[in-house]
Amino acid sequence: MAQHEVNYASTGGLPVALTTVDKLLNWGRANSLWPMTYGLACCAIEMMATGASRFDFDRMGVIFRASPRQSDVLILAGTLSKKHSEFARRLYDQMPDPKWVISMGSCANTGGMFNTYATVQGVDRIVPVDIYLPGCAPRPETLQYAVMMLQKKINRESGNMNKNTKQRFV
Amino acid sequence: MRKYTPKDNVQGKAKYTDRFWVAPRVPRESVEEESHFAAVYQAMNEAVEVLDAYVELGQLVIHIRPEENIAALEVLKNTCDYAMCSELSAIDYLAQDGEFEVFYQMLNLKKAKRTRLLTRIQEGQAIESIVPLYAMANFAEREMYDMFGITVNNHPYLKRIIMPEDWVGYPLRKTYPLQGDEHAAWYEVDKIFGKEHRDVIGPENRDPGRIDRYDSQRFSRVGYEVPFGAEHGESETEQPIEYSKQILVNYTTGSEVLDTRK
Repeated sequence: MAQHEVNYASTGGLPVALTTVDKLLNWGRANSLWPMTYGLACCAIEMMATGASRFDFDRMGVIFRASPRQSDVLILAGTLSKKHSEFARRLYDQMPDPKWVISMGSCANTGGMFNTYATVQGVDRIVPVDIYLPGCAPRPETLQYAVMMLQKKINRESGNMNKNTKQRFV
Repeated sequence: MRKYTPKDNVQGKAKYTDRFWVAPRVPRESVEEESHFAAVYQAMNEAVEVLDAYVELGQLVIHIRPEENIAALEVLKNTCDYAMCSELSAIDYLAQDGEFEVFYQMLNLKKAKRTRLLTRIQEGQAIESIVPLYAMANFAEREMYDMFGITVNNHPYLKRIIMPEDWVGYPLRKTYPLQGDEHAAWYEVDKIFGKEHRDVIGPENRDPGRIDRYDSQRFSRVGYEVPFGAEHGESETEQPIEYSKQILVNYTTGSEVLDTRK
């Protein structure tokens, strides 16, 4: 038997790792964040680049899913027009809990340069936002950093979703 | 005798004033004889009442009455080979003249010539649809209806095309505010959560960089310290923003005096 192999029989039982349920749940949640394939404007181009091979989002466990039913992160990437806000909110509502929202780019954060009648002035008016990612448009590395920050945030949360205090207005 | 002009500070002022300045405008030429446009004008004059016609930047512009737009476009399409209507919309002259200008930009593909039909309609007056002649008018007239509120008669599917169906107001009118009216400001909140949630979500923050010196939560009052979150009280009157004054320093005596030389 090679030296690095563990002889389970000799230790008298299976290896045991002690942890809490919270940590285990959060470990699972944080390391398989599946965002929804949902782009609104030019930020979505950067989001696509982040998911592609050069920047390789998959190595962080981030795999884009084409359905809100299978996703747990909503990346609002781009300008949200008032006409579309209803549908963005509906997609958010269709996602199963636990779910998180990243507001990507200036337009999603504050309306950005579109200080006009037809643009939602910050997506936090319609969905609770976890991470605000500045930039116009943010580089793929920045989006990855935002996801890493989100992982940190998730690891701080309680495993029980009802205990997590989130900005929920409805 | 020449009019006296003050001679002090002559160098600092511009030598010429805009007394004789004339706003530039596109030169209008009359329609040349024996040209393609003359034939178009001729055919148009026989079919409808031409109010005005001239050539502007190499394009023929013809003013017609709004009731005759179909007749005029039939002449252009069937007689003059204008196979394409490249653009159709309106311009808001409500403040200036109390009416809209509807234009039809036509293109003759065989001769590479462009002609523009102009017509003026009152607010609330409808115009006949040209969809039977040019299919592109389907979307263009819907956009005109959406943006200006101009109703189009006999359109196959007259519905808002850009703004949502329950939108109030016509955004391309000059009277429509750029940052939206009351309805536009609360549109997404009313639609998603309902009107009763306006208080919960609050008004739009249109200027995140705005500095409010009496906001003691986000700004510190340098030189006039107040507790965090203190309201702007009755005792303190609102002052306009003071800018720093020029201070004259005498380094020999070390004195600092306010500069009142100006």
